[in-house]
Amino acid sequence: MRKSFDRHWYAWAMVLPTVIVLGVLVFYPLVQGVWQSFTNLNESNQREEICTKVLGGAETCEPNPDGARFVGLENYVDVLTGQQGHFWLQLSNTLVWTIACVVLHYGIGLTLAVMLNRNFRGRGFYRVALILPWAVPSFVAAFAWRFIFDERFGIINGVLRAVGLDPVAWFEQRWTSLFTAIVANVWLGVPFMMVALLGGLQSINGDLYEAAEMDGATPWQRFVNITLPGLRPVSSTVILLGTIWTFNMFPIIYFVTRGQPAGSTEILVTGAYRAAFEGIRDYSLAATYGVLILSILVVYASVYKRMLAKQGEVF
Amino acid sequence: MTGMSAMPPAAVAADPVESVATTRTRSPRRRSERSVLASVGLHATLIVATFCALFPILWVVLSSIKPPSEIRRTEIQLFSSPTLDNYRRLLTSTDFPVWFLNSVIVAAFTMVIGIAMSATAGYALSRFNFPGKRGLMWVFLLTQMFPVAILIVPIYTIMANLGLIDTKPSLVIAYLTVAVPFCAWMLRGYFDTIPRELDEAAALDGLGPFGTFWRVVLPLARPGLAVTAFYTFLTAWGEVAYAIAFMQGSDHYTLGAGLQTFVPQFSPRWDLLTAGAVLITVPAAIVFFFAQKHLVAGLTAGGTKG
Repeated sequence: MRKSFDRHWYAWAMVLPTVIVLGVLVFYPLVQGVWQSFTNLNESNQREEICTKVLGGAETCEPNPDGARFVGLENYVDVLTGQQGHFWLQLSNTLVWTIACVVLHYGIGLTLAVMLNRNFRGRGFYRVALILPWAVPSFVAAFAWRFIFDERFGIINGVLRAVGLDPVAWFEQRWTSLFTAIVANVWLGVPFMMVALLGGLQSINGDLYEAAEMDGATPWQRFVNITLPGLRPVSSTVILLGTIWTFNMFPIIYFVTRGQPAGSTEILVTGAYRAAFEGIRDYSLAATYGVLILSILVVYASVYKRMLAKQGEVF
Repeated sequence: MTGMSAMPPAAVAADPVESVATTRTRSPRRRSERSVLASVGLHATLIVATFCALFPILWVVLSSIKPPSEIRRTEIQLFSSPTLDNYRRLLTSTDFPVWFLNSVIVAAFTMVIGIAMSATAGYALSRFNFPGKRGLMWVFLLTQMFPVAILIVPIYTIMANLGLIDTKPSLVIAYLTVAVPFCAWMLRGYFDTIPRELDEAAALDGLGPFGTFWRVVLPLARPGLAVTAFYTFLTAWGEVAYAIAFMQGSDHYTLGAGLQTFVPQFSPRWDLLTAGAVLITVPAAIVFFFAQKHLVAGLTAGGTKG
């Protein structure tokens, strides 16, 4: 023990600040969040004591009789049976949103990366232009797309009118509304995928392509048999991270659709946020959502990892 | 949790613009080998993609120099009576300059503290085998999965108990929880690429572990640190969820929280919003393009090795 301390004290000293911050601000809140999900904590019952001023300026405090209390699994039952919030609607939105975004991010990103990995004139220009959206902060992008899809003054409806079509009231239907958010998020996220995959493409040994070419493999065969397997380490990482990030993506939905119409395009994260900070602040409901979201992601990540391990990939 | 900061910029791969030419391993086909049709297809696709990438930015910039009455027109006009009036109103009759300053302060502190913490942690993870190391690595990755929803209420409660709600430190601390685990993870990957022999040589020369870290490794890790700096800066610059929840007075808002006041449910002020969007994006874009020059290792390296 003593020896271990002598050998490792500086390592621990170096990680200590991070460990403290994570401990105090991630794990303590996490434990508290899980705890809150078993209570009925909200804005009105969050005080543990009620203090009243008495004559002379002193205060007397007594325990709040209506304070938050332990309610067991009540929140989970309420949420999962739909008595509180709209869990299943929001879950289905989240799944549509995440799958659509990740598939489009990856598909478009891969297409562009493969194209940009060739040698041709103007490549540098295309590269710079295509990563530009990455430089736009996500909330700015969200407002910009909201503006572009604006029903009356937006450019999209302007174009539709100009070609003689009817303008679309984008935010008045669930699927068109969700569509606008997906467009905004795809626009924002493709550059990341493109750059990551471009990096991956460059790490593939060129000799493989030459050998394949000599064996008479078609471009498509080369893509399927060399490019895709060669990209697997990069792909597995970016797909996992991309899925988690998209699942938890807050500003796009929050500012582009705002849940319109009538909350039907809310995803789990924005739903939880609204529960916690809008109207009567229902902290326990938000915490319950948080635990459910985290559980879904942990299950997803471990299944994903196991699938990769089966294929011989470990990351 | 990181979802809110969008994709971490800077995380990936080498300078995508310049390094490509040098690190290409695959011998390219000569241009003459490609058929004309394939060339046209390639360029056509890329032009369409470039248009999609640039148009929204261009449209917001163009709209920001139109007078409000012209923004609210149903016909499409690229230019009409250009004016900087929106910018003038934004800077003189709204709290925008205050929000901007608040964001700069919050982002700068997040950046400095974030680098210091993630560099030391990343170095320890890269060089030393100590009990609990693997667990810590997992914890760092796991924090990527925490949705804003599960942490924000407890963090809010903690901040409220400390009397920090509505202050800048509350935001700096919240952003560190987002940025530090990821950056430490990323920097570990970067430190791994610096030869250990250098550390050993420094130790032989009589430097202690901290001296080695400070004088030998940190200077070599500058590109990696730059990436971390950009990432933490942009995380803080582009965050909104915490900013809206924590900051209450309009003069305490950061840009994310402030900008939304221009677009209420009814009668949004697109004139102010477009001008604000441009002014917010410019510093972020400058920082971003700085990052391009320094990026070397990054996420994919860290990810495949992690």
